[in-house]
Amino acid sequence: MRLLQWVILLLVAAVAPAVVLSRDPKSQVVTLSFYGLLCALMFFIFQAPDVALSQITIGAVMLPLMIMLALTKMRRQNLRREREGKK
Amino acid sequence: MSSRTRTAFFLCSAAGLVFVFACGIRDLPPLGDYRGPYGNVVTQVAVYERHTTDVVNAINYDYRAFDTLGEEFIFFASVLGVLLLFRPTQEEDKNGKRESKLEDALPISDTLRVSMQAMVGIMIVFGVYIASHGQLTPGGGFQGGVILASAPLVVYLSGNVKTFEAIISSPLVKLAECGGAAGYAAIGTAALLFGAHFLTNIVPLGTTGDLFSSGTIAVISAVVGMEIAGGFVLLMQNYLREIIEERLRESQ
Repeated sequence: MRLLQWVILLLVAAVAPAVVLSRDPKSQVVTLSFYGLLCALMFFIFQAPDVALSQITIGAVMLPLMIMLALTKMRRQNLRREREGKK
Repeated sequence: MSSRTRTAFFLCSAAGLVFVFACGIRDLPPLGDYRGPYGNVVTQVAVYERHTTDVVNAINYDYRAFDTLGEEFIFFASVLGVLLLFRPTQEEDKNGKRESKLEDALPISDTLRVSMQAMVGIMIVFGVYIASHGQLTPGGGFQGGVILASAPLVVYLSGNVKTFEAIISSPLVKLAECGGAAGYAAIGTAALLFGAHFLTNIVPLGTTGDLFSSGTIAVISAVVGMEIAGGFVLLMQNYLREIIEERLRESQ
């Protein structure tokens, strides 16, 4: 159990900078989702299954989804503005 | 500021941070060390007082139900905010309702389509299970609601765009969102009618371990599940409609 706790803590510590360092928003969403999954696993290993369930549903599913939708919206808006600027 | 001075500045402040952080960590109590009396008391009395086996939900939906009410309304307000931002503009109102069509042919393989369609039912059952067994096992309305809300998304990903559109534009979604939020407040107010305090557990508690036990905890959990599921589907619906309208404007 002790070993498992160390492993998951190190994994979370290793993936957190990966989220910050991935510059492209799209790949950042994927790393963020993976980070959310790892966080959920950490909560589970530290015996907080309630929090782990919330973390899985929010951090690994809904948050990346909302960011993806917002990114798509922004990209389309920018495309349109560029085209209108050219006219 | 040149990049070199910037690096030096960063290293100095990082070293300071590491020093302070290390000092802080050195005197941390060991894992599992808990000094507040409140947690120990609650874990001992919750099962007898509220007939629930999940103490976390006994705290969320009973002892601290008023805090959770506030959280629910934070979520409700943020969903309302998104709806307000994406409301149809005057120009769009004049043109009448646009024919919104999602992309019909999503490039997915048959394997993915079949396995995802098989997953939808399982997800719905699992979501309902998590939301309705909050008083017995980890989970509860919030988690169950989010699982339920992601089921329509799997329908969309499996290529059944028409079914997805039917689900997300159903009036039941808005009803679940509003009814859930109002239901929570109504359960709290019902206690006042019986002469008890706001959000007091007034429903009979039942036998510990049964599905219908723990009084208002199970009811609030179900109501929260409705609200969260409705809210997230509403969010998805509005974002997707907005994206589709942008796409239509482009094609014109």
